[in-house]
Amino acid sequence: MLGVFICQCGTNISATVDTGAVAAAAAGMRGVAHAESIQYTCSDPGQAAIGAAVREKRLDRIVIAACSPRMHEATFRRALERAGLNPYMMEMVNIREQCSWIHADTGEATMKAVDLVRKAVARIRAHVPLQGGKTAAVRRALVIGGGIAGIRAALDISAAGIPVTLVEKSPSIGGNMARLDKTFPTLDCSSCILTPLMVEIKQHDHIELMTNAEVDDVRGLVGDFQIDIRRRSTCVDEEKCTGCMICQEKCPAPAPDDFNAGLCQSKAISVAFPQAVPLVASLRKQYCRRFNGGKCRLCQKLCPAGAVDYGQEDEVVSRSFGAVVAATGYGHYDWTGSYPTFGKGLYPDVITSAQYERLLSASGPTGGLIRRPSDGAEPRQVAFVSCVGSRDESAGRPQCCSVGCMYTAKQAILTKEHIPDSQSYIFYIDMRAGGKNYEEFVRRAQTRYGAIFIRGRVGRIFPRRGKLVVMGTDTLAGDQVEIEADLVVLAAGLTAAPGAGELARKLNIACDETGFMAEEHPKLRPVEAAAAGVFLAGACQGPKDIPATVAQAGAAAAKVIGLLSRGELETSPMVSAVNPSRCAGCFKCRDVCPFGAIDKDRLADGLVTARVIESLCRGCGICNAACPPGAISLNGYTDKQLLAELVEVLR
Amino acid sequence: MPGKDVKIVGFLCNWCAYAGADMAGMARMEQPAGMRIIRVPCSGRVDPLLVLKAFQEGADGVLVSGCHPGDCHYGSGNYLARRRLELLGRMLPALGIEPERFHYTWVSASEGARWAEIVNTFTEAIKDVDEGS
Ligand SMILES: Cc1cc2nc3c(=O)[nH]c(=O)nc-3n(C[C@H](O)[C@H](O)[C@H](O)COP(=O)(O)OP(=O)(O)OC[C@H]3O[C@@H](n4cnc5c(N)ncnc54)[C@H](O)[C@@H]3O)c2cc1C
Repeated sequence: MLGVFICQCGTNISATVDTGAVAAAAAGMRGVAHAESIQYTCSDPGQAAIGAAVREKRLDRIVIAACSPRMHEATFRRALERAGLNPYMMEMVNIREQCSWIHADTGEATMKAVDLVRKAVARIRAHVPLQGGKTAAVRRALVIGGGIAGIRAALDISAAGIPVTLVEKSPSIGGNMARLDKTFPTLDCSSCILTPLMVEIKQHDHIELMTNAEVDDVRGLVGDFQIDIRRRSTCVDEEKCTGCMICQEKCPAPAPDDFNAGLCQSKAISVAFPQAVPLVASLRKQYCRRFNGGKCRLCQKLCPAGAVDYGQEDEVVSRSFGAVVAATGYGHYDWTGSYPTFGKGLYPDVITSAQYERLLSASGPTGGLIRRPSDGAEPRQVAFVSCVGSRDESAGRPQCCSVGCMYTAKQAILTKEHIPDSQSYIFYIDMRAGGKNYEEFVRRAQTRYGAIFIRGRVGRIFPRRGKLVVMGTDTLAGDQVEIEADLVVLAAGLTAAPGAGELARKLNIACDETGFMAEEHPKLRPVEAAAAGVFLAGACQGPKDIPATVAQAGAAAAKVIGLLSRGELETSPMVSAVNPSRCAGCFKCRDVCPFGAIDKDRLADGLVTARVIESLCRGCGICNAACPPGAISLNGYTDKQLLAELVEVLR
Repeated sequence: MPGKDVKIVGFLCNWCAYAGADMAGMARMEQPAGMRIIRVPCSGRVDPLLVLKAFQEGADGVLVSGCHPGDCHYGSGNYLARRRLELLGRMLPALGIEPERFHYTWVSASEGARWAEIVNTFTEAIKDVDEGS
């Protein structure tokens, strides 16, 4: 006995699909004992109505025509379970995303909805009750990326007694936040918040920290990922190095200073920054004389701890993890290619906001004195240009960077604090200050710190008599403006972290069109990635500020704890199964299976047939399509079920 | 027969193409109403016989769509699909089915606009074949 429920989804569906007519049509379909249209099927009353119908009409299978199954399949399976039915005796029909939202004509949309319901009614006749199994879950989590997101997630997960491995690509944890001076909206010093947490990571008994490390390969699935981590050779023995920096002092080979955003030079062998965790040196071979044909061995000779080892090789360590948190953060948009009228990076006093953070910071190259790069002079007039590579269709970057307005206001405040007789000008499109206390913060920049806000885009920046002329429009005054500045700071947009796409591919998760890692659903599953057991924290999921990053990291940690705290996981019953009496023993299935989930089985009569190792099967159904006699089939997607759908939609 | 409704069966993998079609819906991208989507876990699940069966049952067109090469949720399902479907496509004329009626392509979970575009152009292409142009 079959029940059909047509969801109106408020008016999301009923505005274009005549749900009453669909229910009436469904009532006439074969095997249907009950059909009704409900305002919100997923709501409590909606689910209660399903339960009531199941009891009254003794229904044993349910078709629900509503939103995408990717949205509420799990919800309705639980509803069936509560109503006393096997959760897999349910079939969802997508009449919202794939019908009401994409058609304008009610007649057409309603006809299509009826078609889709008909195919589900046919399909569900071939459903059989399925039972998931249980499997042990490895109680260890991997956190990838050691910015504030990864740090917070690692600390929160380990606080629940679950061991964590934290993998960071660069020589130190801390991420972008470690480079910031003070942070909006409270103006507390970034290091004062961050460095104690970095130290806590290092000292934590349950956290294993691997820096200069990246994920090489990922196998397995939720509960039991086998992951290879490559620890890149740094030519320094981390156990021996004391972080004294003698090597760095004496090293003759210059190298870019990544931490200081290229504002100054570092050395081929160096400690990333004075507060680095771990506080050890690493050698970058591409800049080292010894590795480029030279004879220099100074660092090795001078190291008091004997920590320098030129022969050190990459090491690949393999570990098992029950869950993974991706926290790889963001990258900085390279504006020099798309804004030729801003000087293509040729004017030394046109810098990015990230570089300006380093000029403001007491730990920066100027010791916290604002000095412009060209001549070391203290600037009086500072011009800030918002939205460089953000909200700019002509640069192919329509997205908002979500933090630029706020950090630009912050930098204007800090400029005034550093240089009381300075004047800041902020070119902006709109001031976006949606967070708690953010609007007040921006107001303060204007009223107390006297920053002048000019609404409009900048068209050109060029040098004139030792100054930089910033030409733009003031769209409020309807005028052209020209500011003569000593220093220009560009709020360059945030991009996905370099390599994020490659990592996503290894983890089997999706990225969105801007390259950031994609959550499963913005509201229902905001920290879950497409692969079960993989969660997202911080700016890797999209540009966000520190408060949002920390909140999301906590949420991801809670998900990991929830997943691993019970010690076992439910497995999906939607795996393949072999009908031995049909199996010819050709093992085409084994050839195509990506997971090695097919084994040989010798039957009592000596025949050899295929057998599915359920714990390895992931339910792709490739074997099903490859099996000549149709002996192997995927539960939930059997030939019978698919054929029933096919025939019905073409009726 | 101008004006005749074109009925297309689309086999879409759950992880990429189906999610992409959902994305098009979320962005309210209007599309021709003839597409009937059948969700499968992976494009590698699509047996060529299912495609032929669809034609036999009267489909005007059949579309198979999965993850972009390299992005398969199961690693290699879309490569297998490509091999099978490529062969199938070459066989169709021998069976009297115009090759324009069959198409396989890749759509990611974020490519809503691409999905809508594919439905539009494929529907048009089939209408052209129907009209014999
Ligand atoms: C100029 C500027 C000023 C800002 N000012 C403020 C402010 O005042 N207040 C505020 O709230 N926010 C501010 N922000 C935003 C803030 O920087 C972010 O919210 C925060 O840094 C995000 O943290 P995260 O851990 O997600 O990412 P990140 O800080 O980017 O950290 C990611 C970490 O992951 C590592 N990683 C990347 N890829 C891999 C990989 N494949 N494998 C292993 N490790 C990897 C990186 O090396 C890095 O250590 C500012 C941003 C900018 C650009």
